[in-house]
Amino acid sequence: MRIIYATLMLAIGIVFNNGVFAQESVKIGFVGTFSGTGAAFGEDMYDGFMLPIERNGGKLGGVPVQVIRKDSEFKPEVANQVTDELLDRDHVSIIAGVTFSNEMLAIYQKVIGRGVYIIGSNASPSQLAGAQCSPFYFNTNAQNDQRAEAAGKYVTEKGYKRVYAMVPNYQAGKDFMAGFKRYFKQPLVGEVYTSLSQLDFQAELTQLTAANPDAVFAFYPGGLGVQFIRQWRQAGLAGRIALVTASTVDMLNLPALREDAVGVVPVAPWGPDFDNPQNKEFVAEFEAKYKRLPSEYAASAYDSANLLGSALAKVKGNLTDKPAFTAALEAADFKSVKGKFKFNHNHMPIQNFYVFQIVKDSNIDRYTYKTLSTAMADAIDAYQAACPMK
Amino acid sequence: MIWSLFAVQILNGLQYGVLLFLLAAGLTLVFGIMNFVNLAHGSFYMLGAYIGAAVYTASGSFVLAGVAAVIGTLAIGIVVERSTLIMFYSRDHLYQVLATIGLILFFNEIARMVWGPSAIYMRAPQGFTGAINLMGILYPSYRFLVIVVGLVVASGLYVLIHHTRIGMLTRAGAANLRMVSVLGVNIRLLNTVLFGLGAALAGLAGLMAAPIVAVQPGMGDNVIITVLVVIVVGGIGSIRGALYGALIVGMVDTVGRVYLPILLSQFTERDIADAAGSALASMLIYLVMAAVLAVRPKGLFPVAQ
Repeated sequence: MRIIYATLMLAIGIVFNNGVFAQESVKIGFVGTFSGTGAAFGEDMYDGFMLPIERNGGKLGGVPVQVIRKDSEFKPEVANQVTDELLDRDHVSIIAGVTFSNEMLAIYQKVIGRGVYIIGSNASPSQLAGAQCSPFYFNTNAQNDQRAEAAGKYVTEKGYKRVYAMVPNYQAGKDFMAGFKRYFKQPLVGEVYTSLSQLDFQAELTQLTAANPDAVFAFYPGGLGVQFIRQWRQAGLAGRIALVTASTVDMLNLPALREDAVGVVPVAPWGPDFDNPQNKEFVAEFEAKYKRLPSEYAASAYDSANLLGSALAKVKGNLTDKPAFTAALEAADFKSVKGKFKFNHNHMPIQNFYVFQIVKDSNIDRYTYKTLSTAMADAIDAYQAACPMK
Repeated sequence: MIWSLFAVQILNGLQYGVLLFLLAAGLTLVFGIMNFVNLAHGSFYMLGAYIGAAVYTASGSFVLAGVAAVIGTLAIGIVVERSTLIMFYSRDHLYQVLATIGLILFFNEIARMVWGPSAIYMRAPQGFTGAINLMGILYPSYRFLVIVVGLVVASGLYVLIHHTRIGMLTRAGAANLRMVSVLGVNIRLLNTVLFGLGAALAGLAGLMAAPIVAVQPGMGDNVIITVLVVIVVGGIGSIRGALYGALIVGMVDTVGRVYLPILLSQFTERDIADAAGSALASMLIYLVMAAVLAVRPKGLFPVAQ
């Protein structure tokens, strides 16, 4: 009896597999830093990415997707290992997320070498925008240097003469410094590189106070940003010297900074107050679901999911025709929360950068970004010329 | 201006030094007496910061936050020592290192589960949020509070170690542990007390650092390396060594960070000097440690044997 029953079920299974349930779900590996000091970035990216998927009942562009989340632990070797699992065991067709540049560089060649797509929404090292660009690689954030470039342009146009710059002494810090100087061409009054493990910037801030510049450009991501901004305020510099930042004050550390960050001028491609319908929907939905405002990392991840959705809809979930899928992604036929958004020939966004100010929210007890002006319109990254793709 | 700037930088070094001392004091005692390597000392610093920030945000009282951070980390320290570390005293250092690295991971994840992965907020206490004018240079008033608290604790420890019975036993234990236990002293209890005290001091350091740095999981991991340099420079097991070691490391680090790039720019291009000076400055304390080890392998102020 049991055998007959089992056979019957098997038969039903076969029938259904050939019929109603024919469409197989597209497997997406989400690689992000979910533990250690960078965990907040990964979590916010993942939450932003999952929002459109969960809203549509596990589908993107009408195609069922299966997201496999992997923790890269802020370590390139771990990113490498979890990517191997995603490629060899789970056979994913797309890798999304990727929090930090060193993780991206560790997995990049191997993934695109397999003809698997990377739809990155955060890390964006210069090589991948330039000579190593690929038909399988897209990024919805911005090239690493671009926020600093826009900040440099803003500081120049604002007419600041005596400018000081501070960054941590590692690759991204040097990239941001170079990006800033690409658009702020006068000699800097001070150019300071601090150790990544540094607890305290008081000594550097003392030197800065003595130099008395008109404006300061700073890049201190995550927890470093909390330390820097807070010590800036305690040193009595807030309100006296203009502070222009990139990836330093964001929605992740603003709850820890609160009024200490008021008056800081961040430069970024996206802010929660953007007045377009898709952004309003995103911010409201994100906040209702996760009880906090989304960060720019969540916004880029949300965009990357919607980008995927638009492309999957065009090819009807069929990823075997790679040129067709690449073309569908290149079209960027989705409504970005950033407003204007299109891809350059190197698959990096052409988008605007904005100047913001940190203000207290008028309605409730919290702090947020307020858009002041456009720092750079239709910005193109500095490496695109090196990319051979047409 | 140059000299008043230098004076303020010395003050910065002093402030960093006393913060390091609070951390080094407990670590050096446990290391010196039980010959025990506790890499998880930074976790007490982190927990002190979290407990302090949570209590301060809830109650608005910095004193209450201090009491909570100190008592909280004291209790956690004693529980950890009694429940876990006690099993590793008789083992060699490799086991101790492995066990305490495990504790670091454990506490970092606990902090992440309870308080989330992002940094949390703690403001400086009322009356210490601004800056005061010091010889023409604005100086954060909270830093003075850190210096004062650090020096008060250092004096308190001096009295405790040199003028009380428990201090006498501690010094004797650091010099010759076996002799002390033969004389009928409950050395296990003494060690538990010292471990708890060390944890509480680390917790206090965490609280004092909380309004300055980012309170987040893993915040103790970087600090502990510097603190190990401090106790090696000062001499393991010696409170006096911890104090002087902390001040030396604090000064060298602060002054080096500021003046090395300036010094190098006399000889090379500024771009190179800025980047190389910063890289060299972050190595400076390790160079000091290497020099001390070469000349005086037991540290500058070793325990008399």
